[in-house]
Amino acid sequence: MSDTPKFPNTSRRGFLKAAAGGAAAAATAGQAAAGTPDPAITEVQPWAQGFGDGVDAVPYGMPIEHEAHVVRRNVDWLTADVISSINFTPIHALEGTITPQGCAFERHHSGAIEMTKQDYRLMINGLVDQPLVFTYADLERFPRTVATFFCECAANSGMEWGGAQLQGAQFTHGMIHNMEYTGVSLRTLLNETGIKPEGKWIYVEGADASSNGRSIPLEKALDDVLVAFFANGEALRKEHGYPVRLVVPGWEGNLWVKWLRRIEVTDMPTESREETSKYTDLMPDGRARKWTWEMDAKSVITSPSPQAPVRHGPGPMVITGLAWSGRGAITGVDVSLDGGQNWREARLAAPGEQKALTRFYLDHVWDGSEMLLQARARDETGYVQPTKDQLREIRGRNSVYHNNGIQTWWVKANGEAENVEVS
Amino acid sequence: MSKFPKLLVSAALVATLATPALAEKLGIGRAAMPEEIAAWDVNVLPDGRGLPEGSMSVLDGEAVFIDNCASCHGDFAEGLDNWPALAGGRGTLRDERPVKTVGSYWPYLSTVWDYVNRSMPFGGAQTLETDEVYGIVAYILYSEGLVDDDFVLSNENFTEVRLPNEDGFYVDDRVEVEFPVFATEPCMENCKDAVEITRKASDLNVTPTDDAGRPLSTIPDVTAGAEAPEEVVVAAVTPEEPPSATEGPDPELVAEGEKLFRQCKSCHELGEGARSRTGPHLNDVFGRVAGTVEGFRYSKPMVAAGEAGLVWTEETVAEFLADPRGYMKGTRMSFRGLKSDDDIAAMNAYLKSATE
Repeated sequence: MSDTPKFPNTSRRGFLKAAAGGAAAAATAGQAAAGTPDPAITEVQPWAQGFGDGVDAVPYGMPIEHEAHVVRRNVDWLTADVISSINFTPIHALEGTITPQGCAFERHHSGAIEMTKQDYRLMINGLVDQPLVFTYADLERFPRTVATFFCECAANSGMEWGGAQLQGAQFTHGMIHNMEYTGVSLRTLLNETGIKPEGKWIYVEGADASSNGRSIPLEKALDDVLVAFFANGEALRKEHGYPVRLVVPGWEGNLWVKWLRRIEVTDMPTESREETSKYTDLMPDGRARKWTWEMDAKSVITSPSPQAPVRHGPGPMVITGLAWSGRGAITGVDVSLDGGQNWREARLAAPGEQKALTRFYLDHVWDGSEMLLQARARDETGYVQPTKDQLREIRGRNSVYHNNGIQTWWVKANGEAENVEVS
Repeated sequence: MSKFPKLLVSAALVATLATPALAEKLGIGRAAMPEEIAAWDVNVLPDGRGLPEGSMSVLDGEAVFIDNCASCHGDFAEGLDNWPALAGGRGTLRDERPVKTVGSYWPYLSTVWDYVNRSMPFGGAQTLETDEVYGIVAYILYSEGLVDDDFVLSNENFTEVRLPNEDGFYVDDRVEVEFPVFATEPCMENCKDAVEITRKASDLNVTPTDDAGRPLSTIPDVTAGAEAPEEVVVAAVTPEEPPSATEGPDPELVAEGEKLFRQCKSCHELGEGARSRTGPHLNDVFGRVAGTVEGFRYSKPMVAAGEAGLVWTEETVAEFLADPRGYMKGTRMSFRGLKSDDDIAAMNAYLKSATE
């Protein structure tokens, strides 16, 4: 295989031709080879004779052991230890749009703490008419909302600013999850305390030892922010903030405070450590952008990718991925097979939803030649996901956060894929 | 702050459909008491609001810093291992590798005070006295060369100190600067003449891999006829004799101890190849004279205790872990101690099993 592959212009006619040849080539795996019947069918298998597990064998199930590769992973050289650290969702091995809580990425600043519902308290104070304290049982009595949102760490893909670095969508794009939350609108709770006219911001903080806190403008607080206690139909997992976390749709994950204990209405931002020394974006002139809350439109092909190589050879294949925008709904995703020379519109599994993951597909017939796969998201504001070089031209390489540049996977003729950048 | 008036409107419409309309108060919850608010509302604003009364000098602050912060951040706030430097780096923000510290990057001193007060030291948050927080902040300012060694920081003079990079930040302008460039009609055909690979992740080779050299969590080959994926090794469940007192530690207790040890791991290594990091390694800790791991910089009291004959045994380790700072006044270990005798027994069992 040469290091300077050629990428033929993939015209429609080219695809049709490939389809005709590919169908024959694909007729191998799982089918009778040279007229020998498949023993998986002709022999009676043990599972067709004896019993499986009875009910209650596992009162709360884990995935079957054959899926043991579908787990969160961390990269140990990224952080000084595992207490204040991050790991990655195995997005390359998941489908649909909902991320199971058990493998959704974790970011802790002082470890995942254990707290009971009985010990839980939420205080709202500051520039309010009446400072209030709520117990968990109190929160359960407010009218509820159900909605699905993605949560993306601002540092997702941050290791890629300097160039292609990590092999796999899990590592390059896995600081994201997408869950269906049940909770109470923050607006409802702030209505209960009332807000004084001087109140312009809220400051939210968690109960863990890091007491991670962030400032959010009141407009956002009164818009779509949720105080959530269920995710994907069950109580929040410990690592996601049990029993209560904040959900700040479309905005960077650091604002989604876990173990939420206090909301203070203020007249100015607190300028906490997490919104000054961190989560600010250093620009080439040595100054830094602050309050870069929204997550811009972004997409990634999850399969094929370095951890999800093509094993079936040429012929029909599924190219799939995820797209999202913190500024609204995804309106379309384009896929390129030739490193951005030509693009085709992908099929969305469902119309884009507000600030939630969208699954896209390109149903492709592969001719077995090398591909440089890219995806490009578009959202309802008219924004088109930029290339990494377009971002670098404006932001340089040291802004750490908010890297939403187009990802390239080099799929080789043997089906293996690698993280690369292209001209 | 209506940067996206159009979007806010559309989001609001959607929200209205999904959210119950509400204007009346429901009367749920109870009034927060002043003592409760005082206990939790401790954040400090850039204009100094929220600062409690207190003060400490640079020199006294240095001692507090050495005891509480230096094991990670270094004696001169220069940062050890992967832990952050707190001073230095001024003039590097345009460099290829900028060094972001309190002196070079942080805009407000209030942030430093607030963070130290609420979140530090790591593993012992909210254990510092108010005056000590002033002292640590004063020492960081001194390390950065922003104040003299006779400086005393207090709530009175706090807002007179300004950090060098206060004006180094501006509000997100992506919509003004980037949208006009990116939000254009996307090209679909013949968008560039040629494409070449310019960078490959394989040149760096920094991804965690499995034994076969593949990225971790690579999906197994499940095409029929493919070699069955390697069996996932699940700890064999073989019935064993119940542990007896003479046959070493109870495995359940050891497992419990291993879980508890997670809170120690950020500083202490244990097992094969363990080395001293921010804390001394713990291999063969039982029978070791206190303060004697080669090359590790202990606090003075720890060295003195060893010279006076302190040897780590199950009993002395138990006493130390129950209340580290009470047992060894001046120890650099910021850990606040294990809560119960059961936890201490488990930790002892684990330390024993792991070092044997």
